[in-house]
Amino acid sequence: MEIIRHKYNTPNVGKVERGASVMAGTLLTYLGIRQKGWSGAGMALLGTAFLRRGITGFCYSYQALGFRTSATPQNGNATIPYELGIRVDEATTINRPRSEVYAFWRNLENLAEFMEHVESVRMMPDLRKSHWVAKGPGNRRMEWDAEIINEVAGILIAWRSLPGSDVPNAGSVHFADAGAGRGTEVRVELQYNPPGGAIGAYVAKLFGGEPSTQIRNDLKRLKTRLEAGVVPTTEGQSAGSTRAEKDDERHRVSEKVVTASEESFPASDAPAYTH
Amino acid sequence: MKAITWHGKKDVRVENVPEPKMLNKRDAILKINLTAICGSDLHLYHGVIPTMQVGDILGHEFMGEVIEVGTDVPNLKRGDRVVVPFCIACGNCFFCQNQLTSLCDNSNPNASTAEKLYGYSSSGLFGYSHIFGGYAGGQAQYVRVPFADVGPMKIPDSVSDEQALFLTDIFPTGYMAAENCNIHDGDIVAVWGCGPVGQFAIRSALLLGAARVIAIDNIPSRLELAKKGGAETLNYDEGDVVDKLRQLTAGRGPDSCIDAVGLEAHGTAVDAIYDYAKMAMKLETDRPHALRQAIQACRKGGTISVPGVYGGVVDKFPLGVAFAKGLTFHMGQTNVHKYLKPLLERVEKGEIDPSFVITHRMSLDQGAEGYATFDAQDGCIKVVLRP
Repeated sequence: MEIIRHKYNTPNVGKVERGASVMAGTLLTYLGIRQKGWSGAGMALLGTAFLRRGITGFCYSYQALGFRTSATPQNGNATIPYELGIRVDEATTINRPRSEVYAFWRNLENLAEFMEHVESVRMMPDLRKSHWVAKGPGNRRMEWDAEIINEVAGILIAWRSLPGSDVPNAGSVHFADAGAGRGTEVRVELQYNPPGGAIGAYVAKLFGGEPSTQIRNDLKRLKTRLEAGVVPTTEGQSAGSTRAEKDDERHRVSEKVVTASEESFPASDAPAYTH
Repeated sequence: MKAITWHGKKDVRVENVPEPKMLNKRDAILKINLTAICGSDLHLYHGVIPTMQVGDILGHEFMGEVIEVGTDVPNLKRGDRVVVPFCIACGNCFFCQNQLTSLCDNSNPNASTAEKLYGYSSSGLFGYSHIFGGYAGGQAQYVRVPFADVGPMKIPDSVSDEQALFLTDIFPTGYMAAENCNIHDGDIVAVWGCGPVGQFAIRSALLLGAARVIAIDNIPSRLELAKKGGAETLNYDEGDVVDKLRQLTAGRGPDSCIDAVGLEAHGTAVDAIYDYAKMAMKLETDRPHALRQAIQACRKGGTISVPGVYGGVVDKFPLGVAFAKGLTFHMGQTNVHKYLKPLLERVEKGEIDPSFVITHRMSLDQGAEGYATFDAQDGCIKVVLRP
């Protein structure tokens, strides 16, 4: 995952905020000079920092956080705000013919089957536009419309979301022969502006929801779905009593089972069984 | 049904658990005829393999009778008597199609956990921690077998349950270890560890044409069984192993060395004690004492074959020795699927009777006792359990 930040020294502070910065900076510098001493020097220094921010319109904190309040220098067609958002590059190799892998992906409704956070994809009759429903952070329902903007049969599909999306996104998937009968290389490039911007992405990363890991796992499920026909699972299989159940057992008469534990079964002693 | 479940270090229990259900159309359910405790199960018993969860059903060596098959399992029907490889393989991925079934891309549902540790994930395994899929094992009355159209092999009536059981793991594991030695005419093979895998490695090396096999251990009953299998024996309590091997090979060193011990090696040398201390302090996860010795003893240009299980990080690994002597390393989980048919043929022809390794026959109810007996090692080489 790469967090995209705008370049240094491109103004990223909005007009009103720049004015406020200049005023606050002037006031702080003035008060600092009048007060004298160390605290005065500190205030004056902070004041000049605000002055610089207001005059140049560039804020280092905004840059680091991938955030801006200024108008973006871009035309109305762009999906992702200029120089912002998250970029993910992931790839997998699938041991199936390229035509088959492409055809599976091109039927966009199949994508909900292996993309964990996507609940449904509905293709419009023109087969270029589609409606997406996904689960966002905290199980928030997010929706968007997307359109395919470029497509080369068997090689490339590129898309972008349409205005009014909950998660503006754009991306492409490339299909190539791995060669020597090794199947198809699938490369995904995805750029999107997550809810909460770059800060949101940082928070998600802290809680294990790293976007590139999610996409990698999605691609792994696609690979398994196409190669093995089924997705392996252990959900619903049998297991013995868990730790929580063991705690419960202390409060009721447990089923009679044969047990031997470290305590009940020292190497020097005969096994102590409870029947 | 009854099953042996894991509850912590040296704490396994026979519990009543729900019977397995079909979860996929490529699944089958078996009624277990016979199951065994593997040396690698003792690593779980000692709590040195991470990602075990309380209540996990153990066991990856089992054979039995098919009682239910999914719609996509055309090769099996109710009543078939089958043996099942311990590694689970899809049969469709690059690795499966190149006979590297223990490296299957698709059978581990927890692959992303394994990838964090190992870069890439190997196949799912029955009853062997959640990093290898968390599949319920076969030390039970019934087991679910995923990808049942690929793994299970039918056993002819002429082969008994006890003879077929070890095709799941230890016979192919010992055989692959010997095959990895790339044995030539006149070769001398040294085998560290005369547990079940070591015993099969000894016999397999001789089947594959080794001139001599030298077996190393310190348990008299195990050395005795190795001798019966045709090996010369070397008790590591009675002198320096590297020096003795030099004498036994007239100064050349063994052409190939098999480490059938793995991450919990015992020993009395300085480095072995160092490993105990570091492992106790969690500074090291594996104790590679046997492997270090094998690297030291091996002849120049020889092969080190490692069927013994390693799980994490080793310390003081003599890579410089291996480099200076131009050694070749072969290792990894066994690609059992590849060996099922050829080894069954050897059993049918009477070239080997794998049941020679059994020392203890118990009921599944005695599972906890079985683990403790095997762990104590005294006179115990292989425990089989009948549900």
